[in-house]
Amino acid sequence: MPGLHKSEFTNPVVNWIDTRLPVFTMLTKEYAVFPTPRNFNYFWNFGALAMINLMIMIATGIFLAMNYTPNTLMAFDSVERIMRDVNYGWLLRYVHANGASMFFVVVYIHMFRSLYYGSYKAPRELLWMLGVVILLLMMATAFMGYVLPWGQMSYWGATVITNLFSAIPLVGDSIVTFLWGGFSVDNATLNRFFSLHYLLPFVITGVVFLHIVALHITGSNNPLGIDPKGPQDTLPFHPYYTIKDSVGIGVYLIVFAVLVFFAPNFLGHVDNYVPANPLVTPADVVPEWYFLPFYAILRSVPSKLGGVTLMFGAIAVLFVLPWLDTSPIRSARFRPIYRQLIFVLVAAIIVLGMVGGHPPQGIWVVLGRIATAYYFLHFLVILPLLGKLERPLPLPESISSPVIRKGGGPLPYGAAAAPMEKN
Amino acid sequence: MSASTHDAPMGAPHGEDIGKRDFLKLIAGAGAAVGLGALAWPLIDSMNPSSDVLALSSVELDIAPIPEGSGITIVWRGKPIFVRHRTAAEIKSARDVKLTELTEPAADKDRVKAGHEAWLVVIGICTHLGCVPLGNKPTDSRGDFGGWLCPCHGSQYDTSGRVRRGPAPINLPLPPYAFTSDTKIKIG
Ligand code: HEM
Ligand code: FES
Repeated sequence: MPGLHKSEFTNPVVNWIDTRLPVFTMLTKEYAVFPTPRNFNYFWNFGALAMINLMIMIATGIFLAMNYTPNTLMAFDSVERIMRDVNYGWLLRYVHANGASMFFVVVYIHMFRSLYYGSYKAPRELLWMLGVVILLLMMATAFMGYVLPWGQMSYWGATVITNLFSAIPLVGDSIVTFLWGGFSVDNATLNRFFSLHYLLPFVITGVVFLHIVALHITGSNNPLGIDPKGPQDTLPFHPYYTIKDSVGIGVYLIVFAVLVFFAPNFLGHVDNYVPANPLVTPADVVPEWYFLPFYAILRSVPSKLGGVTLMFGAIAVLFVLPWLDTSPIRSARFRPIYRQLIFVLVAAIIVLGMVGGHPPQGIWVVLGRIATAYYFLHFLVILPLLGKLERPLPLPESISSPVIRKGGGPLPYGAAAAPMEKN
Repeated sequence: MSASTHDAPMGAPHGEDIGKRDFLKLIAGAGAAVGLGALAWPLIDSMNPSSDVLALSSVELDIAPIPEGSGITIVWRGKPIFVRHRTAAEIKSARDVKLTELTEPAADKDRVKAGHEAWLVVIGICTHLGCVPLGNKPTDSRGDFGGWLCPCHGSQYDTSGRVRRGPAPINLPLPPYAFTSDTKIKIG
């Protein structure tokens, strides 16, 4: 019979389904026997962690939405009711709020991994670009989610961020009015933010699916950045990496639980426990920590349009990164100069994060400008030139070749963990 | 572990190893299942009635203003409660009927509080499919038995709230309540 799949499953029910809809064959192929480089380190856990995190966000979000009211008169109280009266409401809310922070920690490390090991280079450019799309969607989702409790930070964050678009010449003001659905952030704004905040995670899920499809076409990169040359260089995904991922998930859940149960408001702002007041702006309006570096870039330019352009530019350069980096060598292990400069970049981003958290005065302005300049210098000048000037170390012959055992050198673990702790 | 050596599949290499692995797999799987259950419970329990909903679970009512022969509807836990001040004739008709004639036999004296026979307090939700029967407003039809008449599918209730005709299977249920004084009741 044409079209029917020849299933190898012996269980008759599974076989019957698989013949007509080969999902079991697909799952086995993509997740069980999928040949995976044998030399992954724990940095390769973070994609799976991001996936778990996305599931946690969607699950807690759906149950929060059952008790949340998207109306300016009731939103704040409905959130307080979730905290006090709904069974485990406090847990749902703290997991969701801190889950957003965990998500950015995980994704930022995931991205650092891609930068350090050159995972964005051919043939994985599209995989990387889909990742940047996910990052943008995550930022939009997190921003709109933060508006929902309708506290002071919600309100003024929404006001400031939507006003960014007013920097656009000519049509800016009309766009902002359109975004608000009125002449200030108000009920119409809150309603649409709730609708979109519910929608976007499912859009993210769709893009993550494409991200994984693209990954399974190119196969994973690995700490050496060289392609597997045969079966001796790979392992079946299950059980080797399902187990390795499980270890990471355990550690991740411990960190998550410590945050939720012992410091649930550590990353939040007290001002958001004050109901929104359109007539009084809190003394220092700052975004959530994961936006601080971008916020710092925005403020370091003394021009409205310039600041907004640079802030969006900071993400735009990531889209074209695969073409900015001219070096054919993927892994930083074999790029002695890049290997140091990538940490200068991380340091610049951490400085930007600190600058974003302080009022733009005195030394912070200077630091912000230097770090902003370095950020763009790294992507727009250093990377294109470095590929031509740097002399890479000799690459090992293959992943399994014993030479690398000595030549590879240990991973800079301490340094790599720094971005997470500093932020 | 020698027992597990014998349990291992026939012809499997390193039988003892396989026994250990099966055991570890089982423990890990069971651990993960328990963990997932523990994670799922707060989500599920959040759908149960919350504290503020449970806090609404009792209401007090002053029944003195209700004249003989009429009834009122009040809300308890979001449900209508009928409080009816019965006339002597209504009480008599409720007590005279033979229990064998009833769909769900129940004596009138068991459906009211001793010493307060004039007062009938029932949950005003038709036991068929949940409509609110008519009969509390003076203009309402009370059906052939002087109690309530359900507008949805015609179930009729008598002056003791017992179903007498129609598709409803059982009598109007009684809410938990008590007289806190001669003219006050507390429901819930
Ligand atoms: C919702 C957020 C995300 C999820 C759920 C997710 C999921 C995954 C998963 C499961 C993998 C394979 C495992 C791994 O290599 O770690 C992966 C790989 C990858 N991701 Fe993501 N990701 C997310 C966001 C991002 C972002 C924001 C970027 C970068 C801008 C990105 C770039 C990449 C790249 C380049 C790879 C291939 C890595 C390699 O093969 O070495 N991802 N992602
Ligand atoms: S619901 Fe009352 S008779 Fe059907």
